[in-house]
Amino acid sequence: MGRYVARRLLQMIPVFIGTTLLIFLMVNVLPGDPVRALWGDKPPDPAQVAQIKHDRGLDLPLWEQYLHYMKGLLQGDFGKTIAGNRPIIDEIKQAFPVSARLAIMAWTFELVVGIALGVLAGVKRGRFIDNTVTLFTLLVISVPIFVFGLALQMVFGNELGWVTPTVQDSENFGELMLPALVLGLVGLAYVARLTRTAIAENRQADYMRTAVAKGLPRQRIITRHLLRNSLIPVVTYLGTDIGTLMGGAVITEGIFNVTGVGNLLFDALGDREGAVIVGIVTVLVLVYLLASLIVDLLYAVLDPRIRYA
Amino acid sequence: MRGAKSAKWVAIAGVVALTATACGGGDDDKGSGKVDPKGIVSYANGEPQNLLQPSNTMEAYGSVVIDALFTGLVHYDKQGNITYENAESVKPSEGNKVWTVKLKPGWKFHDNTPVTAKSYVDAWNWAADPANGQQNSSWYRDIVGYEAVHPAKGKATKKAMSGLKVVDENTFTITLKTGIPYYAYKLVYKPFFPLPAAALKDPKKYGEAPVGNGPYKFSKWDRKKMISVRTWPGYKGADKPKNGGIDFKAYNKDTGAYADLRSDKVDTMPLVPNSEIANFKNDFGDRAIEMDFSAINTINPAFYTKQWKDIDVKVIQGLSMAIDRDTIAKTVFSGTRESATSWVAKGVKGYEANTCGEYCKFDAKKAKQLIKDGGGVPGNKISIQYNADQPHKDWVVAVCNSITKSTGVKCVGDPVTDFAADTEIRDQKKVKSIYRSGWVLDYPFNGNFLADLYGTGVDGNKGGFSDKKFDKLTAQADKAKTIDESAKLYTQAEKELQNSFPGIPLWYNKTLSAYSNNVKNVEFDQAGDPILSEVQVFEK
Amino acid sequence: MPDATKTTAAEAVAETPVAAKVVDGGEASGKPRSLWGDAWRDLRRRPLFVISAALIVVLILVAAFPGLFTDANPESGDLQNHFLEKPNLGHFFQADWFGYDRQGRSIYARVIFGARNSIMVGLGVTILVTAFGGLVGMLAGYFGGFWDSLLSRIVDVFFGIPFLLGAMVVLNAFTDRTAMVIIGALAFLGWTQIARVMRGAVITTKHADYVMAAKALGAGTGRILFRHILPNALAPVIVVATISLGTYIVAESTLSFLGLGFGNDSFSWGSDISDALNDIRNNPHTLIFPAGMLSITVLAFIMMGDAVREALDPKLR
Repeated sequence: MGRYVARRLLQMIPVFIGTTLLIFLMVNVLPGDPVRALWGDKPPDPAQVAQIKHDRGLDLPLWEQYLHYMKGLLQGDFGKTIAGNRPIIDEIKQAFPVSARLAIMAWTFELVVGIALGVLAGVKRGRFIDNTVTLFTLLVISVPIFVFGLALQMVFGNELGWVTPTVQDSENFGELMLPALVLGLVGLAYVARLTRTAIAENRQADYMRTAVAKGLPRQRIITRHLLRNSLIPVVTYLGTDIGTLMGGAVITEGIFNVTGVGNLLFDALGDREGAVIVGIVTVLVLVYLLASLIVDLLYAVLDPRIRYA
Repeated sequence: MRGAKSAKWVAIAGVVALTATACGGGDDDKGSGKVDPKGIVSYANGEPQNLLQPSNTMEAYGSVVIDALFTGLVHYDKQGNITYENAESVKPSEGNKVWTVKLKPGWKFHDNTPVTAKSYVDAWNWAADPANGQQNSSWYRDIVGYEAVHPAKGKATKKAMSGLKVVDENTFTITLKTGIPYYAYKLVYKPFFPLPAAALKDPKKYGEAPVGNGPYKFSKWDRKKMISVRTWPGYKGADKPKNGGIDFKAYNKDTGAYADLRSDKVDTMPLVPNSEIANFKNDFGDRAIEMDFSAINTINPAFYTKQWKDIDVKVIQGLSMAIDRDTIAKTVFSGTRESATSWVAKGVKGYEANTCGEYCKFDAKKAKQLIKDGGGVPGNKISIQYNADQPHKDWVVAVCNSITKSTGVKCVGDPVTDFAADTEIRDQKKVKSIYRSGWVLDYPFNGNFLADLYGTGVDGNKGGFSDKKFDKLTAQADKAKTIDESAKLYTQAEKELQNSFPGIPLWYNKTLSAYSNNVKNVEFDQAGDPILSEVQVFEK
Repeated sequence: MPDATKTTAAEAVAETPVAAKVVDGGEASGKPRSLWGDAWRDLRRRPLFVISAALIVVLILVAAFPGLFTDANPESGDLQNHFLEKPNLGHFFQADWFGYDRQGRSIYARVIFGARNSIMVGLGVTILVTAFGGLVGMLAGYFGGFWDSLLSRIVDVFFGIPFLLGAMVVLNAFTDRTAMVIIGALAFLGWTQIARVMRGAVITTKHADYVMAAKALGAGTGRILFRHILPNALAPVIVVATISLGTYIVAESTLSFLGLGFGNDSFSWGSDISDALNDIRNNPHTLIFPAGMLSITVLAFIMMGDAVREALDPKLR
């Protein structure tokens, strides 16, 4: 077990370097000069442009910039923004907790409602409830998320007035409810579909027949035997989804004015704040790598046949 | 709200009390009707790009906060005439070369240190020094000795501009390289604000908690959430606030701000989102605001391309006549824009309607004829470049449709992802055919829309346009004795543009906004800035 | 299978039993054709499959020959007469059937002509992703060892970048966003999913008796890979590909919403949906028709994928 974890941690190093390098290169081929853009459509001042570029290390060759960046990163230094000269770590520190909160809420929602719907549909396969759940999940997947977001904002925020249309305080759980629902909707549909399929398959398995033959109570059969065995694909999905939820909330955060990573990213892209984009992706990749390690370890818990040496 | 940021890049202070002739303001009968002089106004804004330093603030989010905290020497009224604020007088010498500024005595900064001639001169010299990284420093370039402090290349040789001289505590002089009759207008802009001595000692700390001389005192800055300013009792200016302070709330999207405005969660916003221009009058009734905004939209041929290099002006005139501005304004813009008939926006000194003559009127037949007479559009196809991060697509498509329908010239939109990329393409002179351009006033003087945009080789002239006759006329206007005379000569120069057509005027912009049930007396000036000190808040 | 862990939505939906079944089928009959034959016989009897297949055929016809379905020009509008005109639902297949948009263009014509770009993005990305991801996955799975480690780490690198964010960065780099650019950008970030599925399937298949037999008979690597392993490992890949085709169409519309969809004068359902958002409060018809078409298309492909999976998985019969 310990050796397995150590090996996995070692494997993460090249992946981490590769991902940061890839995003670093991608950001650097973007058109538009961020320093010049500070002046908008007014003529820039060449002396100032040179000064700012020199100050942020943007006048160095690309490979040197990357080395500098990685060197700083090891010491926890994410660099400074081009506009405003603020430490990027401050921006990330401010945005991440907000996104994490939103992501965890959406994730819990996926987990609870998704699995519940999936079990319901899987157990009653082919019945009315199954068809309803299947239809619902298909609809959710086939409608773009921004259409949902705007529609729900209009209905609950403006017409019914149950919630404020946008989030006033990004640290308030109650206000994050609606955006979390929108964010988790697609994942919920996938979780429900996965659970349904797994349950439907495992229902035919031998151990289930044994359990039924033994006369175990139905409740116990479903939770102890059926669900536990059906959860592997669901856990896999949910494990990797937490990273996606944190980084993929650009749309939801934009619609509901949540001051999280998605918005920070979107603005950084528009302002060509390359270091901010790379910084965020760096943290997201770490979250993702750790999440997938935890998922793998969870396998052993769910399925005793899997052992890590 | 990224769009707003670049749409109105430059925003000039709006702290002057205007005569209440405008629409929209009106008394409101909602709420208790009683005004609370200590009530706080919330304004939908965004996170400022830089620290809050006047000489380092260009974009709209920072500008509106700076304007609340500072009061400059002069400002202007609705007609574009200069008004004195912190200055008692600003007088030019013969030939407009040496300007003498006299301050109103007794003014103080929020930290209770006096505002003196030195507060101005030191602040400007500090900001001109490239080592201090102030973005607006090129605004001092008319002053004698600027190059010694701020050379384009190499090390600075001096720390102070020789053209600035403190005469006594309340008087200083500005010596310019050449006479500029309308120089007082430039003094409205933020880099010409004063700074207290403490600010120059620790600029960073000061930039996070600025101390100004304006109607409001800085209270706190909750990053990316809110900036609060409160009414400062020691203010000496005429525009004493009628409310207790302003909360500038940071929004990422104007649609979010609009949704909040509808449910009274925020009191007003700079510009309603594009998706709501058809609805905002219904949503807000008499609380909707529609006011003139001194900005103009044009589409300009890139004269450095093969297509436009040796073009007969008749072709451009023809394209201009092929655009049905009125119908597009009525439908696509839901009647919230006004067809342009000149190259200068409304609300600035020297504005005159119809300088474009018949060429800005829609006439499909004549348009077709003119293009034919001029030898046609090379390739019979044009594209209009625009930035897709702002709501330009709708009107570009409509303009293209109009041109194709009236003349048969094929026309497509050429969207560029965002403003940064769009600017780069324009700067590098890589526009393929035609580009959209919008200009918001720097100062309300027609020269700002003419010489600064269409003069041969000037920075604002992105299309490589050149008209010797126009250059000669503007040079004469710059040599005029008075502002009025100069404005008149500039109008002469503008009329000449009919014959060389540097760009096709499309529409004059309007400020479209609204206010919540909590407040009244919300107005905007011609620079599109809210006049926050006049807003009154109802008792809760 | 300690390493085949990270899955995404569609992959997880399809997950492993399919691969297992393929092996079973292969072992039982010795010929891959019978697996597909079985599945085909099963599929023809499923209403889900018949409906989705019919829909897909119609959609592809629309995308290929839009001119057959309408005479109206989707690009030239008439502001004077048709600005935001409401639909006339009785006027089947006429220009004003679905009403007009804010440029006075026929929404029916827009929906018909927009199909091509939307479906092209879906198909194009799927083809690229399946070809490239499939190849990488096959090589990694078959050769194992060093090559597997190397290729799997490369897959991890691309997988680590959030899809939407990556697409935003890539598309920002292009000022001229044609169908090719959008397809390329989505494929650039999306190929890892298929690579993983393929790798897993190849690992399960390569130990099958018939592969061993072929090896023993001295068949070349290429022959083993393409004649023996590929046909049997293909099933899970096809399922994942069919389902994700729909999600790529949705992805394109999401990018349009962010202002990164089709540029220039080309348009798609996605770009029309995001344009329509300006008018939804008073003129929801500008949104409903393109959004409806998009949803139907995505539904058709997902349903098709579901049907194929159920047909291939004996446990679900």
